[in-house]
Amino acid sequence: MTHIDILDQYQEGNSLVHHLDPRVKLILTLAFIVSVTAVPHGAWLSFLFFLLATGMVLAASRIPPLPILKRSMIAIPFALVALTLVFTSKGTPLFTLKLGSWSLAITQQGAIAFISILTKAWLAVLMATLLSATTTFPDLLFAMRALRLPKLIVATVSFMYRYIFVIADEALRLRRAREARSANPYGKGGGSLLWRARVLGGMIGSLFLRSYERSERIYAAMLSRGFDGRIRTMRAKRLQPTDLMVSIASVAYLLALVALTTVYMEI
Amino acid sequence: MRMLEVLSNQRPASPEPYKSLRFPRGTTRPAIEFHALSFTYPDGRKALHDISLIIQEREKVALVGPNGAGKSTLLLHLNGILKGQGIVKIMGVEVGDGNLGVIRSQVGLVFQHPDDQLFSLTVFEDVAFGPLHMDLDEQEVRQRVSWALTQVGMEGFENRIPHHLSLGEKKRIAIATVLAMRPAILALDEPSGELDPRARRGLIHLLRGLPQTMLVATHDMRLVKELLPRTVVLDGGEVVADGQTARLLKDAELLEKHGLEPP
Repeated sequence: MTHIDILDQYQEGNSLVHHLDPRVKLILTLAFIVSVTAVPHGAWLSFLFFLLATGMVLAASRIPPLPILKRSMIAIPFALVALTLVFTSKGTPLFTLKLGSWSLAITQQGAIAFISILTKAWLAVLMATLLSATTTFPDLLFAMRALRLPKLIVATVSFMYRYIFVIADEALRLRRAREARSANPYGKGGGSLLWRARVLGGMIGSLFLRSYERSERIYAAMLSRGFDGRIRTMRAKRLQPTDLMVSIASVAYLLALVALTTVYMEI
Repeated sequence: MRMLEVLSNQRPASPEPYKSLRFPRGTTRPAIEFHALSFTYPDGRKALHDISLIIQEREKVALVGPNGAGKSTLLLHLNGILKGQGIVKIMGVEVGDGNLGVIRSQVGLVFQHPDDQLFSLTVFEDVAFGPLHMDLDEQEVRQRVSWALTQVGMEGFENRIPHHLSLGEKKRIAIATVLAMRPAILALDEPSGELDPRARRGLIHLLRGLPQTMLVATHDMRLVKELLPRTVVLDGGEVVADGQTARLLKDAELLEKHGLEPP
């Protein structure tokens, strides 16, 4: 049976980064994202130092860099929303586009803001990609729980991750069954658009019903093992000395970077 | 959606003593009793009609019958997931709203599809789910998880993800999830369904080694013949035959009438 593994981003490894406590990794990733966001637009040198940080993590984790870089690109389309800044920001015009009676001025400030946002978004996603590549999903959930995210949300994410593959496999089987019955011996075909839409609607409906019935069975299985509405989990593990050292070093690096940038840009 | 309601309703559990319901060694007493049990689904479909059945401690009983006969429905009555009219007793204690915690720790119900039974992200979390919800301390939970996984021959699978296991492995781990609760009774729904011959053999071997009282709903008549000395035939929600497996399996007419096949 074919499996769908769209979400499995974890890359097996035995490095320092892999062995760090998931709580530490989650907090440091968040701290990195906040720091990147806190730095003003156009702080190119700081961006370089943030990139250096991701580079160090990448090197320490010893995972192949190319897939990571490729995955981190998913941020770019979203950041393109900021493209409007190029035209709407007030400032020194670099050059003006003339479209009939319309004229669009591209300002220097707008261009700097746009490229900065693009870079920041990419840096943030790059670090998040590194986190998901070096931390298993159960560990990430453990970290979320340890950081006191509401249990209901963590449980929902957990069920989602557990069953998205199962449901995707089900969808795959449904599609295969449809394809097996929609052979057209005369080449071109596949039925009218309306017919295909109807089949697709049926598939989605059936997928929903199956999932709904499955949720009832899962709930019965939970009850059978003593679930009474209160989610119980194992206690968190102790932090290791390495975890503390890495945390202190990383936080110091980020703080220094943000502070120096702010001071430098003020002058 | 019922699940979400309950999940969000995080009331503290009443401290319920998980005292053992086991009887003193050497005596045989009823482990499972159904007295005039009937059940009708909310949509009006009659699923069980006037079922009376007594299963002694350490008995291994097959529950056979055509699809829709009510086998799974009957199993869900063992631990109060479904509640019909009539009386269900587990180790002499009547199943009621007040003692579901104790009852559920005594009845290990293994569902037909392991994807329903294994709802956690890792094998460890899944096997630990039962013991954790019995409020055992963590040391004990860890011990029980590794003990249960060893019982089913799956030691070392703690950190695996259920989605990446074979069906045979999932079925074994599904059994471990209830063994970890140390139940007195195992209720299995189609344990050998959809397994390839080798996985099926391994499973039969595994079940043979387990000491618990067993009620097994199945279509696998060879498994019945090899493993379960007593057979109960269910059809249309009623018990239509109950007796020694060896004798029932020779009754071609009876098997034919209720859509079964001799092994």
